[in-house]
Amino acid sequence: MTVKDWFEQRKEMQIARRDKDTQIDDSIGKLWVKCYHCNSQLLKKEVEENLDVCPKCNYHFRINARTRINQLFDEGTFEELFSNITTADPLEFTDTEPYKKRIAQAKAKTNMNEAVVAGVGKIDGHMVATAVMDFDFMGGSMGSVVGEKVTLAMEEALKRKIPMIAITASGGARMQESILSLMQMAKTSCAVARLNEAGLLYITVLTEPTFGGVTASFATLGDIIIAEQDARIGFAGRRVIEQTIRQNLPADFQTANYLMKYGQIDMISSRAELKSTLAKLISLHTK
Amino acid sequence: MAILEFEKPLYEIQEKIQELKKISESSGMDVSDQIETFEQQALEYKKELYANLTPSQRLQIARHADRPTFLDYIKLMTTDFMEMHGDREGTDDRAIIGGIAKIGDQSVVIIGTQKGKSTKENLIYNFGMPQPQGYRKALRLFYHANRFNLPIVTLIDTPGAYPGMKAEETAQGTAIAVNLKEMAKLNVPIIAVITGEGCSGGALGLAVADKVFMLEHSYYTVISPEGCASILWRDASKANVAAEALKITSEDLLNLDIIDGIVKEPLGGAHCDYEMIGNELKSTILKAIDELKDTEPNKLRDERYNKYRRMGVFCQ
Repeated sequence: MTVKDWFEQRKEMQIARRDKDTQIDDSIGKLWVKCYHCNSQLLKKEVEENLDVCPKCNYHFRINARTRINQLFDEGTFEELFSNITTADPLEFTDTEPYKKRIAQAKAKTNMNEAVVAGVGKIDGHMVATAVMDFDFMGGSMGSVVGEKVTLAMEEALKRKIPMIAITASGGARMQESILSLMQMAKTSCAVARLNEAGLLYITVLTEPTFGGVTASFATLGDIIIAEQDARIGFAGRRVIEQTIRQNLPADFQTANYLMKYGQIDMISSRAELKSTLAKLISLHTK
Repeated sequence: MAILEFEKPLYEIQEKIQELKKISESSGMDVSDQIETFEQQALEYKKELYANLTPSQRLQIARHADRPTFLDYIKLMTTDFMEMHGDREGTDDRAIIGGIAKIGDQSVVIIGTQKGKSTKENLIYNFGMPQPQGYRKALRLFYHANRFNLPIVTLIDTPGAYPGMKAEETAQGTAIAVNLKEMAKLNVPIIAVITGEGCSGGALGLAVADKVFMLEHSYYTVISPEGCASILWRDASKANVAAEALKITSEDLLNLDIIDGIVKEPLGGAHCDYEMIGNELKSTILKAIDELKDTEPNKLRDERYNKYRRMGVFCQ
């Protein structure tokens, strides 16, 4: 094996490992967890206290919407809105399983009723409207409910004249709602146009992972775009691109650092700094 | 002309009729009555065939190698077309072509995705798959239309935005997103027509419009049936099943209130009669512009917003 081969192999392994899972592995017991990234055995409590970031290698594990809200909003200030809006099955879609069944399974698995939580709350005293996506619910895919709740959150910002913060984690549009999902891209983007026209600050935080129809709509329309450390962000998926162009892509392809290098985001934030970063940005835009 | 698999029985009948004609000529036998009967039966069969196409058969018509392209429609329904090149940032993406032209007496900015009819042409036009720079060229032309109060017409026939490394590096997602947002702000009427394939964000990036039409056999979807089948069924050969499930035909989309109308195609598909489809499309577009052109800009924008605002089905 040449040195070049060794590097190639190492790169492949890194990619394979990242693709395997970006969530923490808690299959080894109640007290201990394992970091896929550096293979360290870690105390679960220690990881949680560290905002779900590996204390050894600083890898940012994917977190769900509730955890995100708890980490970002001042205690007791978050008020969930529009939770009465729930999934229908307008196309009566069935692939290998009926869409209705997939929804029921996702609800049971996540204790959420859809892939986004909308609401208002305070970040270091600043009142904001927000939509926080949850990848655990059907891959954070955007169907009618996600599009509607994101739009309603933006309209809430318009009504109250407060900044809007969208926190994305999504594989893209929800195929089971077909064209209706596609139209959510138009709907949410039209709502951002209204925020622009009203001069309201709109910040997007792109977290692991943000892809497809979400990338190609409200996620990348922020006045300020922040990527969370270790997030992967893109339009087309890595495999689709590899199949199309028939060549290997760089190991850091579609990472936050990669997007930064190509001028697509304003900044990368660690999870520990995210709240203070948002507060500072809002404060700088407040007259 | 390329013959599609499901059209073969029809062509076999027509071949038989031709043979019969030749025999009658060479032998001098008068079989004109029989020929007429067969021709009538062939026509009935044809009507029956095209009235009952499955979604995946219509997909084949939408992707037909001879289907009219954007530049064909420019020839068929516009005059004085002047192409405007480039995104002003270093690229002239050939998968999206735009310019200024007249449709009837009406000056418009007209933009569309362009496919080729040969391998050579398809390499030039990248099979109708735009790069981010194509969407940025379109945006520049949208602003031009807005500045000079010209209606915008977009014609869409794309298998999707190009999934490539360079496209990701230059922000494919952002380019599409910005178009969606900026189209919402324009003060001029926007008419979008899906003429063939309307696949995913790559199609929508030119299709946030006051009126959206589909050609009868075109399709409009969030993901290609092949892509959907390989993800949800884990089997790309289930594409025909996915095509049914995804509800991608013009009638489906009209029923779902996503589009405003269907442009009827000639029997057998748009490729069978260029002139007819050109005229149909032209009159559809002119009628739509006529309905919209006196609307106050604020009202036009509000109605456009409300139209997309209503889209989506959920429980409450």
